[in-house]
Order: sequence, then C-alpha cells, then structure tokens
Amino acid sequence: MSALLLPAAEAGVAAVVAEAFATGEPLAIEGAGTKRAMLRPVQAARTLSTRALSGITLYRPKELVISARAGTPLAEVEAALAAEGQMLIAEPPSARLWGGGAPTLGGVVAANLSGPRRISGGAMRDHVLGVRFVNGQGEVLRSGGRVLKNVTGLDLCKLLAGSHGTLGVLTEITLKVLPRPETAATLVIRVADAAAGVRVLSAGLGSPYGVSGAAVVPDGPDGPVALLRIEDFRSFVAYRVERLRADLAAFGDSRIADAEETAALWAAIRDGGPLAARPDEAVWRVSVKPTEGPGVLAALGEAGLRGYLDWGGGLVWLAGCATEAAHAAVMAASASGSFTLLRAPDALRAAVPAIPEEPPPLAALSRRVKAAFDPKGVLNPGRMRAGF
Amino acid sequence: MIRQPDPKPEVLARQAEIVAALRAIVPPHPVSGESVIADPLRLKPYETDGLSAYRQPPLAVVLPFTTAQVAAVLRYCHANGVRVVPRGAGTSLSGGALPMADSVVLGLMRMNRILTVDFDNRLAVVEAGVTNIAITKAVEERGFFYAPDPSSQLACMIGGNVMMNSGGAHCLKYGVTANNLLGLTFVTMEGEVIRLGGGHLDAAGYDWLGLITGSEGQLGVVTEVTVRILRGPEGARAMLAAFDSVEAAGRAVDAIIGSGIIPVALEFMDRPCIHACEAFAHAGYPLDAEAMLIIEVEGSAAEQDELLARIRDICAPLHPTSMRIAESAEQSAAIWKGRKGAFGAVGRISPDYLCMDGTIPTSELPGVLARIGEMSRRYGLAVANVFHAGDGNLHPLIMFDANDPDSLRRAEAFGAEILRLCVEVGGCLTGEHGVGVEKRDLMGVQFTARELDQQRAIKSAFDPAWLLNPAKVFPLPQAAE
Repeated sequence: MSALLLPAAEAGVAAVVAEAFATGEPLAIEGAGTKRAMLRPVQAARTLSTRALSGITLYRPKELVISARAGTPLAEVEAALAAEGQMLIAEPPSARLWGGGAPTLGGVVAANLSGPRRISGGAMRDHVLGVRFVNGQGEVLRSGGRVLKNVTGLDLCKLLAGSHGTLGVLTEITLKVLPRPETAATLVIRVADAAAGVRVLSAGLGSPYGVSGAAVVPDGPDGPVALLRIEDFRSFVAYRVERLRADLAAFGDSRIADAEETAALWAAIRDGGPLAARPDEAVWRVSVKPTEGPGVLAALGEAGLRGYLDWGGGLVWLAGCATEAAHAAVMAASASGSFTLLRAPDALRAAVPAIPEEPPPLAALSRRVKAAFDPKGVLNPGRMRAGF
Repeated sequence: MIRQPDPKPEVLARQAEIVAALRAIVPPHPVSGESVIADPLRLKPYETDGLSAYRQPPLAVVLPFTTAQVAAVLRYCHANGVRVVPRGAGTSLSGGALPMADSVVLGLMRMNRILTVDFDNRLAVVEAGVTNIAITKAVEERGFFYAPDPSSQLACMIGGNVMMNSGGAHCLKYGVTANNLLGLTFVTMEGEVIRLGGGHLDAAGYDWLGLITGSEGQLGVVTEVTVRILRGPEGARAMLAAFDSVEAAGRAVDAIIGSGIIPVALEFMDRPCIHACEAFAHAGYPLDAEAMLIIEVEGSAAEQDELLARIRDICAPLHPTSMRIAESAEQSAAIWKGRKGAFGAVGRISPDYLCMDGTIPTSELPGVLARIGEMSRRYGLAVANVFHAGDGNLHPLIMFDANDPDSLRRAEAFGAEILRLCVEVGGCLTGEHGVGVEKRDLMGVQFTARELDQQRAIKSAFDPAWLLNPAKVFPLPQAAE
C-alpha cells in the first residue's frame, strides 16, 4: 500500500505535484479511491488523494450551476441539489459495483461515468462547465468557467473529464444541473429476446414522448423485458407513458411501473445491478451502435459472459470469469465501438488493455498531448494504458 | 484594422508553383469547374467572412471533393511551410475564416453529401460542407431533427459548426454542437486522416471529439461528421412577455427556471432591439416596453397549454406591460419573426454593426445592461441587446459606420469593454461565436499566461509548425496579455 497524501487545499496539491515533477517520482491520483479496481493498476510509491478538498463553493439554482471542490462526496452534491429540487443530469453510478464507499465528484468526472440518462441528457463530460486543476508540472490552471455557454479557447474540461487523472489533478469542478423531474414512470414490455427488445427501444426513442431511459434486461424474473422511462411533470408523465404504451402495443404485453418502482429499476440499471456480479468476476461496459448491442450480447453469451443493455441497446453491461480469454472476447466483440474494463482482479487488469488501443496516428497524438500536460509522466502512470 | 503577422516572402514568391501543385492534387471538375482559384477577382469572395470589417485576399483557394484530397493538400502545405485557413460557408462572426496573404484557403463546400441516415440508431453521417439546415431537411420526413440551430443555419456548414461548437436559440434544452456529435473524420496538418467515434455514445480514452469541437481550426480539418438526430416533440408554441424594466424581465427568467420549467428557448430583447425588429418585421412587438421575453415550450397541445399558463402565472406578479400567448403555429412564427430577423433589422437602421457574444451569469443581467448603456453614451454609438436569457449568452449589436475609421475604432473599443465586463462579472468572452481574430488579443483578460501556454502546448501537439489557421484564438506573441 502506497503512502497517502491528503492535502486540504489546492496549493497543497500543487506543491505535491511540483515536487513529483522535480524528482520524477510518480503519483497515483484518486478521490475516495472507490474505483481503484477500474482500468489498470498504478505503480506508485505515493498516492495523492483529493478527498480532503471538500465543499460546495457556489450554488446558484436559478442559473443551473453548481461548483464544488473535487473531493466533495457525490452524495453531498446530490443532497444539496435535491434540497432545491435539482439533480446531476448524467445520473452517474454509485460505487456499488466496486463494493461501495462514497465516490467524490472529482472521481466521477475524471472517470466520465454516465448513467441511463446519457441518451437524453448527455454524458457527465457534457455538463462540466469549468474546472480548476493542477497539471503535471504543479501549475494551477483553469478552463471553462461558471456560465452555461462558453467557447473561449480550447475545451480542456472535456479533455480532463474521462482522463482518469493522467493529464491533471482536478481540484474544483463547475457543473450544469437541471430541475429534478416531478415524477417518473416506466413502461415495461415483455419481449422475445434482446434483439426484439432493442426494436422496441428504437421505436420508443423515435417517439415524440421524451424517453429518458431505454434498457433491455434479458434474464429478469419475468423473462426478457424492454424498459422505457419517462420523466417530467406529473400530468405529462401519465399522458406520455399511456401514449407510448398504445403506440408500442404490437411489440408485446406491457405494464406501467410507478415512480417508486421506476427509481429502484433505474438505480439498478445505472449501477450494474442486473449482472449480480460475484466479487471474483470481471465487469465490462461496451459502447456500440444501439442496433449492434444484441449481437454483442449474443456473441459474448457464447463466450460465457452474461449481460444487459442500456442506452437504447448501445451500452452493453457484461460480467463473467476474469480471464484473458473472456477479455479477448470482449475486445473482439466491441471492435466497431469501445470497451472499458470496469472491474477486475489486479492480475487481469495488469495483463490486458483496459480500454481500446488507438490507431498509430492517434496514439502519437495521445503521447504528445500527455506530454503537453505531464511532461515527466508523474500523474497516474499506466492507469489508462501500459506505458503512460 | 486587426494586426496580422507578416506574410512569408518566400511563400508569396512561390505562388505559381503552389497553385500548380494544388491543381495536381485537386484537378478541375467536369461540372463544378476549376478547383483551385488564384485569379484576384475570383479570390474576392474568400477575403472575408461574417466579420466583414476585416478583409485579406489569400494566396489561393482550393476546393477539394474528398478526404483523401484534403489530406494530400495538407501534406503538401505542411511539407512546404504554407499556412492553411479552413473554411466552410464563411459565416463566422469572429473572423474565424479570415485569410492571410500567404495562406491557402481550404474550402470544404464541395464536400456536401449526406452519406448515411440511420433512424434506428438515431444518427446521420454527413460531409463537412453540408449545411446545418440540410441535415434536418434530410430527416424531418420521419419527425426527426438536428438540434443545434445557429441563426445562420440556412448557410452555415456542419464542419464550421463543429469547429466553432455552434449553439443557437434552442440549446438551452438541446445543448450545443459538442453535445450532439457521435463521430468525426479529421485530418491533421501533417495529412494524417483520423476517424473518431462513430455510432456509439461513449468512447473510452481521451475525449478527442470534445477537444476538437470548438477548436476553431487550430487542431485539424474536419471532413466528415456523425451527428445525433432526435425525434422532435409533438409540437411547440411561443409566448411573449413584455416588462417596463430590464430588472423585471430578469426576475421573470429567474422565476421560470426556479419553478422547474426549462423552456426550449428563452430569448430577451431590450427596447432598442424591440423597436428595430418591429420596424423590420412588423411582428406586433410592444413598443412601450423596456424589455421583452420570447418563451417557447414543447409537448402535446395540452402540455403546451399547461406550461404556458404556468409561465403566465409566474410572470403576472412582476406586472408585465403585456403578454401574448400564441394560439397556433402561425402565431408562434409571428412572435419569432422579429427575433430571427434581429441582426438584419439592426443592419437596416445602421450601415454596419458589430455583434458581440459574451456570456454572463444571468443574475448579472440588469447591472451589465446598465453599464452597456453608459458605455453607449460614452462612445457615442447606439447599441441593441438581444440575449439568450436562459443560458446568459449576450449579443449586444454595436452600430457604427465602417466608412468612418474613427467610428470603427470606437466600435471595437466599445466591444472590447463589453467583453472585459463579461469576464469581470464571472462570464466569458464568447458563448458561441468563437474567438477568431476578433477576440484573440483579449484572451489574456480571461486566461493567465500559463493557462494560455497550456492551450498553446496542445495546439503544438497537433500542429507543431503552427501552420493551421494561424493568428486566431491565441494572442500574437508581441501582444500584451
């Protein structure tokens, strides 16, 4: 276990990184460390955590903007928003998949993890309006700001979101937020299989009713079901879910899940719940065209993995034996899109690419951009890819 | 006139040779005619863009048809140290496509094919020269649309939209270009063709798509774009609410958002803008008001009724001087007619105008408009304000006479002072028009020298010799920061 550094201020983060830059000794970067079992293990004698940088620094509900230090627990941000009837748009997952704990806002943004509302509301990175961060030379820098529309200069917010601490250490994040819908309901349709389910989802997403969640669970208690969520004002939800049910009647028998059941259903889908993954199993997410999702699921079923579909069919959640053979099957099946090794024992994570390799011209750009932020490679080396 | 770096004499001297080389890469087309333009008269249309106060004819214009030709042009220019200025329809309001005397303009307007429409996966693949509106036209038969809708959408091209991360009146609900993209084909200055994304929503790894979107032609040239297409709502309807003070209109905006309603559009106009638009469009705007909001909602007819009634009840305690709820699509169109013609309307009452584009926290609106009014008196130039109120994106239109050098100089100084004010109150220099050449030398107001150096280092990672769209976005080396 590496030594843990917990600076309580941004200047402390900068000092730690500046020293690492001077000595060339790498740092593991984390928030609360809940996602340590995601991607590749980092070899570093010291770990820099932002969890002591905590607290909401600005919240203007009427401007749909919140700022918080990177180490602020996600739950604290969500509670502050809920008190004003608002929410994080991208519906980020909890840490349940990794055994629980209290993920930080910085960790969720650095991993760009988005939940079911990705299809209608956008990804976590889409709502990052501004960041403060420390680059690999220990410089405190800003990008973006605290207004909803901003195209001033290169957008480093999106680059840092999803960079897993390899380009900079996030110290403060400003997000766009939205009013929490008054209520929600889910149309649950029994379908023959995943392919039929995705046809239902495509029809639902092609309707004018504003579907905000679209998943297929192939091995639920009632057999395969397609789920379509509507969220809005109460009277609108009642009308839309009935219209959707009528429009989709030909696809199969259906029922309507109320707000309470809807919340439980989508929390499970958000967190990988339907996989019921055992602690020794690996978990992957594969992103493909929605209509390709059922094929990926079927191909990997033959390789011994089980899974379900979110994002209209385009996000394939998978679990199974943590073997290199299983991982190779996931890589092969996701060739047209992207994959992420979301959770696995260290041995597998150290042995395989946790995300797709880039073609040579892009890999060259990755190396140059990494060097532009972190010339000595001290930030989270090996976290995303072997070598840097 | 904006300061530009000196052209490279060795490049100017080789014009004939460069033109011949480009002609070998992109031969004349049997229908479209020549693909490389060097004749001074025919270069005229390329000497400026939507920021017409600045003009400079390029060395040559090349109009390729394929990604392979774009790559070959860039490879050649890279090998020969020739600067390249990418151009779509040339509608940039920030001078993003302004050429330099020693630059080749790389025009993408002939790459105008819609390659794929896939309703099941809700995407379209189009070439960079397809107009914004053409995407919606290609999918609307099934009730779908492409969401970002900049005012220039009849002319502007998707490649330019990607480069500037264009917004529009409806991005409060649907987001800007960056939020509606799935993939890109882009070509680096070294001529490498890189394909990003595709039909999937999330790609693990660095977010190249997010970095390149809005990079103003600094990192590469986009030739092909995969966009998300969305199914439209059952319907949409607008209302108009007028107030006797800017503050009251601002409070109405706060109260609407605070109630949990996110209108699909929420536009603000001040008194000079209302008068200019009414004289132009005869939209029936209230001439006695100090400020007016156009609010649009979506949904079924019953949902529209409910939302508009709620908004009416929210506005009522703020004593609007008038409110008008559209009863039909035609009445909605009438309410929008004046707003959509706002720039043209101001163009009618003034020989020239500069359109500014800062964003401010919406709570700062009354104070900012008061200070803009004070500046207007001090500079002796009229200003009309139109504002995407929901997201804080302000468009002051500064009226001036380009034939009077002193008037242009005052207009530029006025604009710069407004943008400094936007940054001072917590906002930014540009919400959707881009930095271009126009705001290049103000970047030091918003960013520290080190922050700009970090951005420059990324530019260098993509374009080490700084040949691509030079003298834009970043302050020139000599300029004070």
